[in-house]
Amino acid sequence: MYQLSLIALLAPLCGALLAAAFGKSLGKWFTNSVTIFGVLVSLVISTLLLSILIEDSSQVLNQSIYTWMKIGELEFQLGFLIDNLTASMMFVVSFISLMVHIYTMGYMKDDPGYHRFFTYISLFTFSMLSLLMANNFLQLFFGWEAVGVMSYLLIGFWYTKASAIKANFKAFIINRVGDFSLLLGIALLFANLGTLDYISIFKSAESLSNISIPISGSLNVSVITLSCILLFGGAMGKSAQMPLHVWLPDSMEGPTPISALIHAATMVTAGVFMLARMSPLFELSVSALSFVLIVGATTALFTGFLGLVQTDIKRVIAYSTLSQLGYMIVAAGVSAYSASLFHLMTHAFFKALLFLAAGSVIVALHHEQNIRKMGGLYRYLPFTYVTSVIGTLALIGFPGFSGFFSKDAIIEAVHHSNIFGSNYAYVAVLVGVFVTALYSFRLLFIVFHGEDKFKNDAIKEPSLSIVIPLILLAIPSALIAWPTIGPMVFGEFFANSIIQASAYDLFGFQFTNPIGFLFHSLESPVIYIATLGFITAFYLYIIKPDLPQKISDFFRPIHNLLLEKYYFDYLIEKVIGQSFKKIGNLFWTFGDIRIIDDTLVNGIGRNIHKISSKFKKVQTGYIYHYAFMMILSLSLFLGWIIFTSIERT
Amino acid sequence: MITLQSYLTLSAILFAIGIIGIIINRKNIIIILMCTELILLAVNFNFVAFSYFNQDYTGQIFVFFILTVAAAEAAIGLAILVALYRNNKSIDVENLTALKE
Repeated sequence: MYQLSLIALLAPLCGALLAAAFGKSLGKWFTNSVTIFGVLVSLVISTLLLSILIEDSSQVLNQSIYTWMKIGELEFQLGFLIDNLTASMMFVVSFISLMVHIYTMGYMKDDPGYHRFFTYISLFTFSMLSLLMANNFLQLFFGWEAVGVMSYLLIGFWYTKASAIKANFKAFIINRVGDFSLLLGIALLFANLGTLDYISIFKSAESLSNISIPISGSLNVSVITLSCILLFGGAMGKSAQMPLHVWLPDSMEGPTPISALIHAATMVTAGVFMLARMSPLFELSVSALSFVLIVGATTALFTGFLGLVQTDIKRVIAYSTLSQLGYMIVAAGVSAYSASLFHLMTHAFFKALLFLAAGSVIVALHHEQNIRKMGGLYRYLPFTYVTSVIGTLALIGFPGFSGFFSKDAIIEAVHHSNIFGSNYAYVAVLVGVFVTALYSFRLLFIVFHGEDKFKNDAIKEPSLSIVIPLILLAIPSALIAWPTIGPMVFGEFFANSIIQASAYDLFGFQFTNPIGFLFHSLESPVIYIATLGFITAFYLYIIKPDLPQKISDFFRPIHNLLLEKYYFDYLIEKVIGQSFKKIGNLFWTFGDIRIIDDTLVNGIGRNIHKISSKFKKVQTGYIYHYAFMMILSLSLFLGWIIFTSIERT
Repeated sequence: MITLQSYLTLSAILFAIGIIGIIINRKNIIIILMCTELILLAVNFNFVAFSYFNQDYTGQIFVFFILTVAAAEAAIGLAILVALYRNNKSIDVENLTALKE
């Protein structure tokens, strides 16, 4: 089993290396076949591992395969922890990755960076898998950083575009804030428990709740709470939670396939995955869970509003991603990790689908992304239209579609929970449902319906390699929840990997089958709120298309606030950025120039020069001076030796 | 009766003259050369004296070797001096300060 895991991990890496080394000389067909084969191998093995674990959930693999470093009693190891959580995540990641690989063949076919792109996305798949399969924090951190680097490279893929370079810098720097917090969290656990291995940390984690760290004065916080909050800080960066969310919309500067793969389906969910993986830690700290809950709920609601005013097709979807990530974090905050992962999975399918459909629209319109210039496209792009509708229905939670089940489960769990902040979160997610329906249908109506702005029959569905992934993703987007909700959310599927209360305690009702769940949810307000959102969107964008403009004129300040994204960019750039620049300037002028340059580097040289210019006068150049010194010192030493030897005898 | 001590005293005096010659000489580099010869001779004198008084002829054989080497040394030294004179047009010690700085 461990050989299988190793192959699954290394296959995309091999594909990437081969594509990087020989792609240019052997041509495009070689590049895409070798990388697609690598990812396909991963997918097959992931499916195999998943089926093994479904057969027998005790077959968990936890094995260290290589000792990287050994310092005293500390051992840094690489290893695998393959349980149901890892295997299902691996399946999702490699499946989406495969779809994106196929899609890229069509999307990037005229791009000069074709080989580079395939190399990057295969390397990304490798990094993501190593993050998922880790059995210790070190490897988690490696994967965490590696996906960050790949995301950086892919956002700035078109490196001659100034906005892309700015965006990848932003993504990288803001992620560093989160990564630093993650590193601190890991260090805190390591300092207290002396190991990085997941299982041993989970076993001894309980002892941490008794140790407390003074923060200021008499205010103490237990180690477990602090480390959970720090770990969550890492998740906030990677999963783009407020206030570290600002990089995700900008990351849309990258090519669309990576928006689907990295910034919707896989990398941004790494934080959610980590929360689920760390459930034994988070379950010990209610305050950390409250923090998680409040941050998630805030993100879920407020980033949704931003999606309402965007005019770039990809940015609308990006804000929707932020909001949905907020839902997943909320679910983790109320301890419903299984619901969080379930939403992660369904979201991965339908959001990748929406992004790829958006990409299909963009390709068909020759890289036009402004939705104001689109309209009536359903006539030209039937496949894209139908798959977009499926994705949208899944996103807003239309009964029967996968998003419905996952989102409803989360909302039920929030409703039932009673930890601090859950009332706020409940309101936030309910309003979020309305907002989600509104912006999703706004996008759909503006792009595909309304008046035909093109009257141009040259617009047609892009190549087959773009359409096939859309169809393959549309199927799970619609249907994946039916067979999986029972075991994943309410059953024992994650019993070997996640610690959480029983389903009844979390959700407050007895689950029988998906149809029962469907009827149960009729009692909750979610469906009605979503319908209201749909009706509002229908009214605003189909029946009275000039009304939205009037509304935004009427509520000018609010509209501006949304357009400026709550001034987060302003705050970060002008306030935080500037003050750090000032501090940096201080360090530069005082620390660097005065102390290091003047005192240490040049100062030492200058002083040595001064002293030696005095000493060099000793060197007269006269031979008889040297001879005299030689003889004098010789006789002194000889005299000393003789003197001591006489004294000894 | 001439004792070993008289020989050693003479040799010490020769040695001292040699050293003082090197140190206080400010003029001619040939004098430095001669003074080093004088130091060598003082050492040779010791060898001969000890060899005579200890009835061990090894010392005297040594003296022959040292004299030979000293002769060769003097030849080389003088040759260097000639070369030096050709370059500098002087063999004054005062002018030979190339080692300074």
